[in-house]
Amino acid sequence: MAISETSLRDVLLFTFDEINAAGGVKLGDQSYKIEPVVVDGASNWPLFAEKAKQLLEQDKVAVTFGCWTSVSRKSVLPVFEKDNGMLFYPVQYEGEELSKNIFYTAEAVNQQATPAVDYLLKQGKKKFYLLGTDYVYPQTTCLILYKYLLLHGIPAENIGGGFRKDDSGKVISAGKYVPFSHTDFQQIVADIKQFAASGDACVINLINGDSNVPFFKEIAAAGLTAADCPVVSFSLAEDELRALPTKDLVGELGCWTYFMSINTPANTSFLKNWDAWLATQTHPGVVKEKRAMDSPMVLSYNGVYLWKAAVEKAGTFDVDKVRDVLEAGVSFAGPGGSTTMQKNHHTTKDVFIGETKANGQFKILETFPQVVGEPFLLKGLDAKLAAAK
Amino acid sequence: MRLFSKWELIGVGAAVLLMLVILPCLNAFTPESSWLHVSNFTITVYGKYLCYAMLAISVDLLWGYTGLLSLGQSLFFALGGYMMGMYLMRMIGDLGQYHQPIPDFLVFLGWSTLPAFWKPFSSLPFAMLMAIVLPGLLAGIFGYLAFRSRIRGVYFSILTQALTYAACLLFFRNSLLLGGNNGFTDFKFILGHDTREPATQRGLFVASGVALLLVYLFCKWLTTTKFGKVKRAIRDSENRVMFSGYSTANFKLFIFVLASLIASLAGVLYVPQVGIINPSEMSTDKSLEAVVWVAVGGRGTLVGPVIGAFAVNAMKSWATRAYPDLWLMFLGTMFIVVTIFMPKGIVGLPAQLKAVYQKMAQKNNAGFPVPVDAAVQPVKPE
Repeated sequence: MAISETSLRDVLLFTFDEINAAGGVKLGDQSYKIEPVVVDGASNWPLFAEKAKQLLEQDKVAVTFGCWTSVSRKSVLPVFEKDNGMLFYPVQYEGEELSKNIFYTAEAVNQQATPAVDYLLKQGKKKFYLLGTDYVYPQTTCLILYKYLLLHGIPAENIGGGFRKDDSGKVISAGKYVPFSHTDFQQIVADIKQFAASGDACVINLINGDSNVPFFKEIAAAGLTAADCPVVSFSLAEDELRALPTKDLVGELGCWTYFMSINTPANTSFLKNWDAWLATQTHPGVVKEKRAMDSPMVLSYNGVYLWKAAVEKAGTFDVDKVRDVLEAGVSFAGPGGSTTMQKNHHTTKDVFIGETKANGQFKILETFPQVVGEPFLLKGLDAKLAAAK
Repeated sequence: MRLFSKWELIGVGAAVLLMLVILPCLNAFTPESSWLHVSNFTITVYGKYLCYAMLAISVDLLWGYTGLLSLGQSLFFALGGYMMGMYLMRMIGDLGQYHQPIPDFLVFLGWSTLPAFWKPFSSLPFAMLMAIVLPGLLAGIFGYLAFRSRIRGVYFSILTQALTYAACLLFFRNSLLLGGNNGFTDFKFILGHDTREPATQRGLFVASGVALLLVYLFCKWLTTTKFGKVKRAIRDSENRVMFSGYSTANFKLFIFVLASLIASLAGVLYVPQVGIINPSEMSTDKSLEAVVWVAVGGRGTLVGPVIGAFAVNAMKSWATRAYPDLWLMFLGTMFIVVTIFMPKGIVGLPAQLKAVYQKMAQKNNAGFPVPVDAAVQPVKPE
C-alpha cells in the first residue's frame, strides 16, 4: 500500500471500531459487528482484480471501501459488476463513469476543479495555465476546464499549456502533460513565467505525487509567488503535504470538500476521537505519530456511515436493496458538513477553497455550500458551448 | 539421448494430470458445497500463474541456458497482452460506458471514429498475427543491433531494461491511443463467449496449461539438440565457441527472438484471464520479478522457472491477504534466503541437502573431511 492508501485503511479501521463500540450495525433487534478484511493490491492492477474477486467470492464481504487511482478502480469494476458487489470510492476523480456497483463519495470534477476556477475568476484572474501528469484524471479534468473557461468568456489564447486537435480541428486535449515521476520542470516553469508576465494568470496543477516537489522548487526558484500567479493543486491534501517542503507552497491554493482546519464542533470532536483512537489502537501497521486528516480519508469515513444508514434503513445487507435505499437518498452529517447520496451515485457536499500555510494546513478562504456531484460534464458543456455560438 | 529421466517424467505427468484434468473437472463437475470443489477464483488465479510460468521459462531460456540476462522480458509479455487487449476492446462493441461503437477511452479523448490502426484488430487471427510479428520484429531488430555490436553481460542487461522502460513511458502517453495509464479493461467477450463466465475462464485456464506444456516440451527438446549444446557453450565460454567457427551472434539472436515469442504468448493468454493490461505491466520491476522467479525456482533447468513462478506468486497472493502490512518483508526475506543459501534454487535443494549429508557422513566415518566438490574443481590449463 502506498502512503496515502495506508491512511485510508487506518481511517476505515477507526470508523469500524467506532461503529462497533457504539453497538455495530443494527438490523431490527439484531446488531452486527463489522469485521474488516484488509487486502493489499500492491499497486499491481491484475492483483487488484484478483483481490476484489477474492473479497467477493471467498470472503463474501458485504461491502468494500477502497481503491485510490482511477486505474485501480477501473481494474476492479468488471469484478464488482460480475459478482454484484458494492464498492465505495473516496478519491477525487475525473467522472465519466457510472457503475451500478460503485458509489462515489469522491469529489467529482464539479466539486473541486470548477469551483476552484469560479473562485479564481472572481479574484480577477484572466489567464489559466493547465498542467498535469499524463493520465486520464488530469486529461479529462483539463478538457472540462478548457470548455468551462471558454463558456465563462476566457478566450482560448488565454488558456496555457497547449492544445491537441483532431483532424477536424476540434480540441481533444488541453494543457501541458508530464510523465509520472517527472523531475525536470525548468522549461515548463519558464513557460509559465512568460505566460504570467501580465500579472493576471494562475496555474491549475494536476501533477500527481512526488513530481510536485521539483515543480514547486522550480516555481520558487523562478520567483513566482502566490501573489502574482497562484497555483491551485488538486492532488495535494494535508496527508501529502506532510511529505512536501511546505515553505515553497505557502499561499498556494487547494480545493477539497474537507479541510482538517474546519472549525466546527463536529470536526473538532471527530479529530479528537481520531487522535484518541490512534493513541490506543492495536491494529498492526498503523503509525501513531504525525498523522494528518484529509478529504479522501473523511470521504471514506462518510462512505461507511452512509452505507450503515442505508443498511439499517433497508433492514438487510443485500446489495440490491441497499443500493435502492442509497439511490433514494441517504444523508450523513460528517466532519466536513452534511453529505447526501444521490440517484447518480455521487454525493452533495460543501466545497472549500483553502490557502496553504507553512505548517501544512489550509486556511479556508471560501465555501461553496452543498454542491451537487455530477459525473458527466463534458456532454453538457459541449451543448452549452454550441448554444452560445 | 533420452529426453526425460524417470522421475522427471512422473513429476511432469502428475502436474499435467492435476492442472489439465483434475482441477478443471473439479471446478466444472462438483457442486459448490462439496469439499472437493475448486472455486472459480482458484481457477483464475492458477491460470494467471500458468502464464507467469511461461514468462519465467522464456527468461530462463535466455539467462539459464544462454547466459543472457534479459531484464526486459516483460516488454514482450505486455506487447502480446496489448495485442490481445486490442482485440478484446473491439469485442466490447457498444456496451461501454458511453454506448459508442469505439472504446471508451477514445471517446474520452474526443475521438468519434476509430483510428485506422485499430480497425483490423476486430479479427482475432490478425491480433494473434500481430502478437507474433510485433514482439518478434522488435526482438529481432534490437537483438541484431545488440549482438552484432557484441554487447554482452551487464551491458546487455542494462540495455534490455532501458528498452522496456522506454516502451513503458511511451505506452503511458495518451496520445499513443492505447489507453494511456488506464490501459484496457472491462472486457466482455472473447470469440463470442463472455470473458467473465466460469466456463470461459476454465477454457482459458486449460489453454494456458496446454500452452505451457507445449512450450516446456519444445524447450526441453531444443536443449537436447546440437543447437542446445551450442547455446550452453555460449553461456560457459562464448569466445571459445566463436573461435571454433560458430557465429554466436546468430545463435543468440535466434534464442532472443524465440524467448520474446514465448513471453508474448504468455501475455496473450494472461490478459483475458486477469481482465486488464496497462503500461505498468512493462515496467522494469515486472521484468525483475520474472528474473527472481527463475532464481528462486532454479535457473538452467526448465522445471525450475515453473516452480519458481508458482511459488513466488502463490506466496504473494497469500501474503497480501493474510499479512497486508508485512508481505513485502516476506517476499524480501525469501529472495535473500534463496540467493545466499540456495544458489541453485528450489530445484537444486535436494542435491544440496544430499551434499551436506554426505559431508557429515564422511566426517563421521573417516575422521578427516574430504572436500565434496573437489572433483568438480576446474583444472588449470598448463
